[in-house]
Amino acid sequence: MDFFHAHQAQHYLVLASLLFALGAAGVVLRRNAIIVLMSIELMLNAVNLTFLAFSRFPLVPNSPMGSFLSGHAAVFFVIATAAAEAAVGLAIIIAVFRSRTSVNVDEFDTLKL
Amino acid sequence: MAEAILFYLFAIGVLVAGAQVIFRRNPIYGAISLVGCFFFLAGIYVLLAAHLIAILQILVYAGAVMVLFVFVIMLLNLKEEELGEARWTTWKAIGLAAVVVGTGVIAWRALGPAYPGGPTVDNASLQTRWGAFGGVKAVGYTLYIGSLLPFELTSLLLLVAVVAAVVVAKGKI
Repeated sequence: MDFFHAHQAQHYLVLASLLFALGAAGVVLRRNAIIVLMSIELMLNAVNLTFLAFSRFPLVPNSPMGSFLSGHAAVFFVIATAAAEAAVGLAIIIAVFRSRTSVNVDEFDTLKL
Repeated sequence: MAEAILFYLFAIGVLVAGAQVIFRRNPIYGAISLVGCFFFLAGIYVLLAAHLIAILQILVYAGAVMVLFVFVIMLLNLKEEELGEARWTTWKAIGLAAVVVGTGVIAWRALGPAYPGGPTVDNASLQTRWGAFGGVKAVGYTLYIGSLLPFELTSLLLLVAVVAAVVVAKGKI
Protein backbone atom coordinates (compact mmCIF):
# COMPACT_ATOMS: atom_id res chain seq x y z
CA MET A 1 0.00 0.00 0.00
CA ASP A 2 1.32 3.35 -0.97
CA PHE A 3 1.63 5.35 2.20
CA PHE A 4 2.11 8.79 0.73
CA HIS A 5 -0.50 8.68 -1.98
CA ALA A 6 -3.46 8.81 0.32
CA HIS A 7 -6.04 8.95 -2.40
CA GLN A 8 -7.04 5.32 -2.21
CA ALA A 9 -9.96 3.56 -0.64
CA GLN A 10 -8.10 1.79 2.15
CA HIS A 11 -6.90 4.98 3.82
CA TYR A 12 -10.44 6.21 4.17
CA LEU A 13 -11.61 2.78 5.33
CA VAL A 14 -8.90 2.62 8.01
CA LEU A 15 -9.89 6.09 9.22
CA ALA A 16 -13.55 5.01 9.28
CA SER A 17 -12.78 1.87 11.29
CA LEU A 18 -10.73 3.84 13.83
CA LEU A 19 -13.54 6.37 14.18
CA PHE A 20 -16.05 3.57 14.63
CA ALA A 21 -13.83 2.01 17.31
CA LEU A 22 -13.68 5.34 19.14
CA GLY A 23 -17.46 5.65 19.03
CA ALA A 24 -17.99 2.08 20.22
CA ALA A 25 -15.50 2.63 23.06
CA GLY A 26 -17.41 5.76 24.06
CA VAL A 27 -20.72 3.88 24.17
CA VAL A 28 -19.21 1.14 26.34
CA LEU A 29 -16.98 3.24 28.61
CA ARG A 30 -18.95 6.37 29.35
CA ARG A 31 -21.87 6.57 31.73
CA ASN A 32 -23.19 10.00 30.78
CA ALA A 33 -26.17 9.41 28.49
CA ILE A 34 -25.49 12.54 26.44
CA ILE A 35 -21.94 11.39 25.68
CA VAL A 36 -23.28 7.94 24.79
CA LEU A 37 -25.56 9.61 22.21
CA MET A 38 -22.64 11.64 20.86
CA SER A 39 -20.60 8.44 20.51
CA ILE A 40 -23.45 6.92 18.51
CA GLU A 41 -23.23 9.94 16.19
CA LEU A 42 -19.50 9.25 15.82
CA MET A 43 -20.24 5.67 14.76
CA LEU A 44 -22.88 6.81 12.26
CA ASN A 45 -20.34 9.19 10.75
CA ALA A 46 -17.82 6.39 10.43
CA VAL A 47 -20.41 4.42 8.46
CA ASN A 48 -21.07 7.46 6.27
CA LEU A 49 -17.36 7.72 5.55
CA THR A 50 -17.32 4.07 4.46
CA PHE A 51 -20.28 4.63 2.12
CA LEU A 52 -18.58 7.62 0.53
CA ALA A 53 -15.23 5.86 0.20
CA PHE A 54 -16.81 2.92 -1.63
CA SER A 55 -18.83 5.33 -3.75
CA ARG A 56 -15.70 7.20 -4.81
CA PHE A 57 -13.53 4.08 -5.26
CA PRO A 58 -15.92 1.40 -6.50
CA LEU A 59 -14.86 -2.23 -6.47
CA VAL A 60 -16.28 -2.79 -9.95
CA PRO A 61 -15.02 0.07 -12.09
CA ASN A 62 -17.46 -0.19 -15.00
CA SER A 63 -21.01 -0.31 -13.77
CA PRO A 64 -23.93 -0.33 -16.19
CA MET A 65 -25.45 2.51 -14.21
CA GLY A 66 -22.49 4.68 -15.04
CA SER A 67 -22.46 6.31 -11.65
CA PHE A 68 -21.88 5.31 -8.06
CA LEU A 69 -23.99 7.87 -6.33
CA SER A 70 -26.14 5.29 -4.55
CA GLY A 71 -23.66 5.60 -1.68
CA HIS A 72 -24.35 9.32 -1.52
CA ALA A 73 -28.09 8.60 -1.40
CA ALA A 74 -27.50 6.15 1.48
CA VAL A 75 -25.49 8.79 3.35
CA PHE A 76 -28.35 11.23 2.84
CA PHE A 77 -30.76 8.82 4.52
CA VAL A 78 -28.29 8.09 7.32
CA ILE A 79 -27.98 11.82 8.05
CA ALA A 80 -31.76 12.24 8.16
CA THR A 81 -32.16 9.18 10.40
CA ALA A 82 -29.37 10.38 12.70
CA ALA A 83 -31.07 13.75 13.10
CA ALA A 84 -34.35 12.02 14.01
CA GLU A 85 -32.52 9.67 16.38
CA ALA A 86 -30.77 12.56 18.13
CA ALA A 87 -34.05 14.43 18.61
CA VAL A 88 -35.88 11.42 20.07
CA GLY A 89 -32.88 10.31 22.14
CA LEU A 90 -32.40 13.72 23.70
CA ALA A 91 -36.14 13.93 24.43
CA ILE A 92 -35.89 10.57 26.23
CA ILE A 93 -32.88 11.84 28.21
CA ILE A 94 -34.88 14.90 29.28
CA ALA A 95 -37.89 12.76 30.24
CA VAL A 96 -35.71 10.37 32.27
CA PHE A 97 -33.85 13.27 33.88
CA ARG A 98 -37.20 14.62 35.09
CA SER A 99 -38.03 11.45 37.00
CA ARG A 100 -34.57 10.26 38.09
CA THR A 101 -32.64 13.60 38.29
CA SER A 102 -29.70 11.89 36.68
CA VAL A 103 -28.24 11.19 33.25
CA ASN A 104 -26.08 8.33 34.49
CA VAL A 105 -26.93 5.26 32.40
CA ASP A 106 -25.96 2.97 35.30
CA GLU A 107 -28.93 4.27 37.24
CA PHE A 108 -31.47 3.57 34.49
CA ASP A 109 -32.17 0.03 35.71
CA THR A 110 -35.91 0.09 36.31
CA LEU A 111 -36.52 -2.50 33.60
CA LYS A 112 -33.92 -4.84 35.07
CA LEU A 113 -35.47 -7.99 36.54
CA MET B 1 0.57 14.81 -2.93
CA ALA B 2 -1.56 17.76 -1.82
CA GLU B 3 -4.43 15.35 -1.35
CA ALA B 4 -2.26 13.14 0.86
CA ILE B 5 -1.22 16.06 3.05
CA LEU B 6 -4.82 17.26 3.37
CA PHE B 7 -6.03 13.73 4.09
CA TYR B 8 -3.59 13.19 6.95
CA LEU B 9 -4.31 16.67 8.33
CA PHE B 10 -8.07 16.04 8.34
CA ALA B 11 -7.68 12.45 9.56
CA ILE B 12 -5.59 13.50 12.56
CA GLY B 13 -8.13 16.22 13.29
CA VAL B 14 -11.02 13.74 13.12
CA LEU B 15 -9.33 11.24 15.42
CA VAL B 16 -8.10 13.81 17.96
CA ALA B 17 -11.49 15.54 18.14
CA GLY B 18 -13.28 12.18 18.30
CA ALA B 19 -11.03 11.10 21.18
CA GLN B 20 -11.81 14.36 23.00
CA VAL B 21 -15.53 13.51 22.75
CA ILE B 22 -15.16 10.33 24.76
CA PHE B 23 -12.36 11.41 27.11
CA ARG B 24 -13.59 14.81 28.29
CA ARG B 25 -15.50 14.59 31.54
CA ASN B 26 -17.69 17.65 30.96
CA PRO B 27 -20.14 17.00 28.08
CA ILE B 28 -19.97 20.58 26.82
CA TYR B 29 -16.31 20.11 25.84
CA GLY B 30 -17.31 16.87 24.20
CA ALA B 31 -20.03 18.64 22.21
CA ILE B 32 -17.64 21.33 21.00
CA SER B 33 -15.06 18.69 20.05
CA LEU B 34 -17.79 16.83 18.16
CA VAL B 35 -18.49 19.97 16.12
CA GLY B 36 -14.79 20.13 15.27
CA CYS B 37 -14.83 16.44 14.37
CA PHE B 38 -17.77 17.01 11.99
CA PHE B 39 -15.98 19.90 10.29
CA PHE B 40 -12.85 17.80 9.75
CA LEU B 41 -15.06 14.99 8.41
CA ALA B 42 -16.63 17.45 5.97
CA GLY B 43 -13.11 18.16 4.71
CA ILE B 44 -12.57 14.42 4.23
CA TYR B 45 -15.85 14.25 2.30
CA VAL B 46 -14.68 17.00 -0.03
CA LEU B 47 -11.52 14.96 -0.67
CA LEU B 48 -13.88 12.12 -1.67
CA ALA B 49 -15.63 14.44 -4.16
CA ALA B 50 -18.84 14.36 -2.09
CA HIS B 51 -19.50 18.07 -2.14
CA LEU B 52 -23.24 17.98 -1.44
CA ILE B 53 -22.77 15.56 1.46
CA ALA B 54 -20.00 17.76 2.91
CA ILE B 55 -22.32 20.77 2.92
CA LEU B 56 -25.13 18.67 4.39
CA GLN B 57 -22.75 17.43 7.07
CA ILE B 58 -21.98 20.98 8.16
CA LEU B 59 -25.60 22.16 7.88
CA VAL B 60 -27.35 19.23 9.52
CA TYR B 61 -24.78 17.74 11.88
CA ALA B 62 -22.62 20.68 12.94
CA GLY B 63 -25.60 23.02 12.72
CA ALA B 64 -28.87 21.42 13.72
CA VAL B 65 -27.97 18.26 15.63
CA MET B 66 -25.22 19.86 17.67
CA VAL B 67 -27.47 22.79 18.60
CA LEU B 68 -29.87 20.17 20.00
CA PHE B 69 -27.07 18.57 22.03
CA VAL B 70 -25.76 21.87 23.39
CA PHE B 71 -29.31 22.96 24.21
CA VAL B 72 -29.98 19.79 26.19
CA ILE B 73 -26.65 20.11 28.02
CA MET B 74 -27.59 23.67 28.92
CA LEU B 75 -31.10 22.58 29.96
CA LEU B 76 -29.89 19.82 32.27
CA ASN B 77 -27.21 22.12 33.76
CA LEU B 78 -25.31 19.32 35.49
CA LYS B 79 -23.33 20.32 38.56
CA GLU B 80 -19.74 19.34 38.98
CA GLU B 81 -20.58 16.60 41.50
CA GLU B 82 -23.36 15.19 39.33
CA LEU B 83 -20.90 14.44 36.55
CA GLY B 84 -19.33 11.73 38.67
CA GLU B 85 -15.65 11.27 39.28
CA ALA B 86 -13.48 9.95 36.51
CA ARG B 87 -13.08 6.25 37.16
CA TRP B 88 -10.14 5.43 34.99
CA THR B 89 -8.64 2.10 35.77
CA THR B 90 -5.56 0.65 34.18
CA TRP B 91 -7.58 -2.13 32.62
CA LYS B 92 -9.92 0.33 30.96
CA ALA B 93 -6.98 2.17 29.42
CA ILE B 94 -5.39 -1.10 28.30
CA GLY B 95 -8.69 -2.27 26.82
CA LEU B 96 -9.24 0.97 24.94
CA ALA B 97 -5.71 0.96 23.55
CA ALA B 98 -6.10 -2.69 22.55
CA VAL B 99 -9.39 -1.97 20.75
CA VAL B 100 -8.04 1.01 18.83
CA VAL B 101 -4.70 -0.56 17.96
CA GLY B 102 -6.32 -3.89 17.11
CA THR B 103 -8.84 -2.22 14.82
CA GLY B 104 -6.11 -0.25 13.13
CA VAL B 105 -3.86 -3.27 12.62
CA ILE B 106 -6.67 -5.51 11.36
CA ALA B 107 -7.99 -2.82 9.03
CA TRP B 108 -4.50 -2.08 7.75
CA ARG B 109 -3.46 -5.69 7.23
CA ALA B 110 -6.81 -6.79 5.80
CA LEU B 111 -7.60 -3.75 3.69
CA GLY B 112 -4.10 -3.22 2.37
CA PRO B 113 -3.93 -6.45 0.35
CA ALA B 114 -7.60 -6.23 -0.61
CA TYR B 115 -7.13 -3.00 -2.55
CA PRO B 116 -3.95 -3.02 -4.53
CA GLY B 117 -2.99 0.54 -5.18
CA GLY B 118 -3.15 1.68 -8.73
CA PRO B 119 -3.69 4.77 -10.80
CA THR B 120 -7.01 6.30 -9.89
CA VAL B 121 -9.00 8.99 -11.60
CA ASP B 122 -8.67 12.36 -9.93
CA ASN B 123 -11.74 14.07 -8.58
CA ALA B 124 -12.06 16.70 -11.30
CA SER B 125 -12.46 14.17 -14.12
CA LEU B 126 -15.12 12.10 -12.36
CA GLN B 127 -18.35 12.45 -14.29
CA THR B 128 -21.73 10.87 -14.13
CA ARG B 129 -24.41 10.97 -16.76
CA TRP B 130 -26.08 13.78 -14.80
CA GLY B 131 -23.13 16.06 -14.31
CA ALA B 132 -20.28 16.32 -11.86
CA PHE B 133 -19.81 13.46 -9.40
CA GLY B 134 -21.16 14.31 -5.99
CA GLY B 135 -22.80 17.53 -7.06
CA VAL B 136 -26.34 18.56 -6.21
CA LYS B 137 -27.72 17.65 -9.62
CA ALA B 138 -26.22 14.18 -9.83
CA VAL B 139 -27.12 13.21 -6.27
CA GLY B 140 -30.59 14.68 -6.74
CA TYR B 141 -31.21 12.58 -9.84
CA THR B 142 -30.01 9.49 -7.99
CA LEU B 143 -32.29 10.23 -5.06
CA TYR B 144 -35.36 10.95 -7.14
CA ILE B 145 -34.92 8.20 -9.70
CA GLY B 146 -33.35 5.45 -7.66
CA SER B 147 -34.93 5.92 -4.26
CA LEU B 148 -38.01 8.07 -4.46
CA LEU B 149 -40.06 6.07 -1.94
CA PRO B 150 -37.37 6.04 0.78
CA PHE B 151 -36.90 9.76 0.19
CA GLU B 152 -40.57 10.45 0.83
CA LEU B 153 -40.62 8.05 3.78
CA THR B 154 -37.71 10.02 5.27
CA SER B 155 -39.89 13.09 5.47
CA LEU B 156 -42.52 11.01 7.27
CA LEU B 157 -39.81 9.73 9.64
CA LEU B 158 -38.71 13.28 10.45
CA LEU B 159 -42.31 14.32 11.10
CA VAL B 160 -42.85 11.34 13.43
CA ALA B 161 -39.56 12.10 15.20
CA VAL B 162 -40.49 15.73 15.77
CA VAL B 163 -43.90 14.81 17.17
CA ALA B 164 -42.38 12.03 19.29
CA ALA B 165 -39.70 14.34 20.68
CA VAL B 166 -42.32 16.88 21.76
CA VAL B 167 -44.59 14.20 23.26
CA VAL B 168 -41.77 12.49 25.17
CA ALA B 169 -40.01 15.60 26.43
CA LYS B 170 -43.13 17.53 27.44
CA GLY B 171 -44.40 16.43 30.80
CA LYS B 172 -48.09 17.01 30.26
CA ILE B 173 -49.72 17.55 26.90
